[in-house]
Amino acid sequence: MNWISIGDISEIPLRGARCVKTPQGKIAVFRTAENEVFAIEDHCPHKGGPLSQGIVHAKAVTCPLHNWVISLETGKALGADEGEVRTIPVRNEDGALYIALESLLMAAE
Amino acid sequence: MTEKLVIIGNGMAPGRMLEHLFEKAPDQYQVTIFNAEPRVNYDRIMLSPVLSGEKEYEEIIIHGDGWYIKHGITLYKGHKIIKIDRAAKTVTSDHGVTESYDKLVIATGSVPFIIPVPGNDLRGVITYRDLDDVQAMLLAAQSREKAIVIGGGLLGLEAAAGLASRGMDVTVLHVMPTLMERQLDPAAGYLLQKAVEERGIKVITKANTKAIIGNGKVEGIELDDGRIIPATLVVMAVGIRPSVGLAKDAGIAVNRGIVVDDGMQTSDGSIMALGECAEVGGMVYGLVAPLYEMARVAASHLSGDRSAAFVHSDTPTKLKVTGIELFSLGDFADGDDREEIVLRDASAGVYKRLVLKDNKIIGTVLYGETADGAWFNDLKKKQTDIKEMRETLIFGQAYQGGSPLDPMAAVAALPDDAEICGCNGVCKGKITSTITSKGLTSLDDVRAHTKASASCGSCTGLVEKLMTLTLGDSYNPTAVQPMCTCTELGHDDVRRLIKAKGLKSIPAVMQELEWKTSCGCAKCRPALNYYLVCDWPDEYADDYQSRFINERVHANIQKDGTYSVVPRMWGGVTNSNELRAIADVVDKFEIPMVKVTGGQRIDLLGIEKEDLPAVWADLGKAGFVSGQAYAKGLRTVKTCVGSDWCRFGTQDSTGLGIRIEKFMWGSWTPAKLKMAVSGCPRNCAEATCKDIGVICVDSGFEIHFAGAAGLDIKGTEVLGLVKTEDDALEHIVALTQMYREQARYLERIYKWAKRVGLDEIRHQIMGDAGKRKAYYERFVFSQKFAQVDPWSERVSGKDKHEFKPMATIGYPQAAE
Repeated sequence: MNWISIGDISEIPLRGARCVKTPQGKIAVFRTAENEVFAIEDHCPHKGGPLSQGIVHAKAVTCPLHNWVISLETGKALGADEGEVRTIPVRNEDGALYIALESLLMAAE
Repeated sequence: MTEKLVIIGNGMAPGRMLEHLFEKAPDQYQVTIFNAEPRVNYDRIMLSPVLSGEKEYEEIIIHGDGWYIKHGITLYKGHKIIKIDRAAKTVTSDHGVTESYDKLVIATGSVPFIIPVPGNDLRGVITYRDLDDVQAMLLAAQSREKAIVIGGGLLGLEAAAGLASRGMDVTVLHVMPTLMERQLDPAAGYLLQKAVEERGIKVITKANTKAIIGNGKVEGIELDDGRIIPATLVVMAVGIRPSVGLAKDAGIAVNRGIVVDDGMQTSDGSIMALGECAEVGGMVYGLVAPLYEMARVAASHLSGDRSAAFVHSDTPTKLKVTGIELFSLGDFADGDDREEIVLRDASAGVYKRLVLKDNKIIGTVLYGETADGAWFNDLKKKQTDIKEMRETLIFGQAYQGGSPLDPMAAVAALPDDAEICGCNGVCKGKITSTITSKGLTSLDDVRAHTKASASCGSCTGLVEKLMTLTLGDSYNPTAVQPMCTCTELGHDDVRRLIKAKGLKSIPAVMQELEWKTSCGCAKCRPALNYYLVCDWPDEYADDYQSRFINERVHANIQKDGTYSVVPRMWGGVTNSNELRAIADVVDKFEIPMVKVTGGQRIDLLGIEKEDLPAVWADLGKAGFVSGQAYAKGLRTVKTCVGSDWCRFGTQDSTGLGIRIEKFMWGSWTPAKLKMAVSGCPRNCAEATCKDIGVICVDSGFEIHFAGAAGLDIKGTEVLGLVKTEDDALEHIVALTQMYREQARYLERIYKWAKRVGLDEIRHQIMGDAGKRKAYYERFVFSQKFAQVDPWSERVSGKDKHEFKPMATIGYPQAAE
């Protein structure tokens, strides 16, 4: 597992998100009202909407395209919808954020 | 093997028949329907509420398009069958479609009776039968002129009440001495006439129409006695005739209706008939309950169960005019072998009459208070001997057995087999047991599962009482719809409490109003943010994280995650410099799509989020600001060229539109606000379907509001006429502020206006100068904080984080 630095927690607004670009697609990094950080694929399981642009509430985000609600913890759609996105491990060291990417992805380096 | 079932007609009876059939034998038939009307199956009983504006067409649809698809039904909309070939077993439509059948069901319904007088074919003479008739009446009602309804029966009175509530001056002509004489005795007919006249409807009884007069279109009616009554619309509602022509031409036995046996079988073994066109046991029917009974019987026979048989039963009549309570059942003519019990309460406008024979109820007329109708119906149906309760019978069920009981107890005391919903034949036991077994908690659920209260809706009160009885306090029929699952409070309560408690931040609202979630959801947060922006313009700090992405980045997100950008073009006016700047931006950023919008400006589509600030910087240099095409706020003010150029222009509509847009841009509103100014009543700027519109006339400015041209289509209402441009601006601004302060988030102005009432809005804005000025001042104050161009703010660095990735990783260095 490679931990890659992506920046400081203060760069993400509370109840907000930023995206991280990788060769295999974008990753959405979220900061909740409780200061927890989560990362998931920036791609709604429904129609591929950019989840990083959604409204963040509790440990979930509402997709901006069609209002699916995705759990930040599990990556699964909540409520009546069914679908799932990949979650990405995040480490928070006193505000310095790292995400873990699989070796396959890193091979591009 | 599946057989081919073809149905001619798509009304309520065949619709119900198919529901039963799919339940009993889902795969037995391949179904094809020919509907002469170009639409799906809707609840014809509810046309009167649509006419009066209490319901929308969408609310009365019984089977949406999805239902036909789900059941694999081929529905030919707008196809009228012109021929049945019994030998070949085929039917042919007026568009030339021929279908073969194994079983044919004729459900052609009925046609309205047209009285044979001169002029009955003039333009402006219509009947009252289907949605097209209602739409014709609504169109005619816009003139606010005089209308005549011929026929003082159920349908005629509902039409008259609907037209009157739409602002027409209505006269009802009735040939008999009292209204609804087939359902009411003269005393109740008299009370009804008084109630109808109190609504401003004139009633002329014993009125024989001699001729409908007019040249090309209706101008009035001449009566036998020589009186002439002017009108621009004549509605004939004098009765219906079974529609039997098609069956007759095919050689099927026809009397008044298409003759069927009690299994709905016609004289041809492969053909059935049901609904208003069918005659069974010498009777034809027009009320829905017996028609639904026919549907049940027909479905049984189609599924192979030949034991079902149609049995005649009396159906109670109710009038669907809000505020008039009327119930009639059975036989109420006088007779030597009959007795009657009558109760009158003149001050309360109540009249009740029971007709008895051998100590049994055979007829009931209730006027003014009809709650006991179901109970009397039950006593009559069961032929209960009423000797023991004769003294108190007329006072109703609550008075039986000593002390008066509460209304709940009356419903509780009904036996399980008492009929609650007459239209659909649903009894009490079925409703209460379904509530329990399916765990139903809302009226809509009960309607969906039992059909009770799902047709004419007049038993809704009873059904709600049953729900309260079954569910206890957990059912509260008047409960407001909560904003979302985070709170029990509705939008109106939240707005009121924000003001009353002086709540000035989202956490304060959630804490004080006891939100059930830690930080709300995507439904309540944008709503709260708007309410706080509106109520505390100087003190509240806008919470961008509670705004939808479009309002956060000031552009419109597209399906592929790119954005579109629409710069403001004041009043739809532009020039060569602006166009050149747009062209340069398109070239520089390789913008793939440039589109003219419906709001008279230009949309640039397919821009990457990261490019937005640079695009805005270039547009800003040419003087462009954000068009806020993404906002729940002021969008555009469309204009026509007005008196500066147009031969017909009466005022400077372009100038006024620009002035309004420059005054109001930047303001947040509950939902989007689109406006237009037309320079003359030809209305080239299409101002009469806008949220707010202005029609310029010689004498000033007619201000319109509450139009819609989206999901709903609705012409505007007139707010009033003002003399000067200054007045127009003040009235429009005050109206907008009233809407900003009162509406629920995402509620367009036409929905808000319908809720609070047009008269109240006119009163406050046109009639009360003090209120108007105060609204105006509050709007002006809030604009001090709202009129900041969001694009130039972001070009200068605000919210930088929104427009670039946090990090870019995993790419080979060389590629950078």
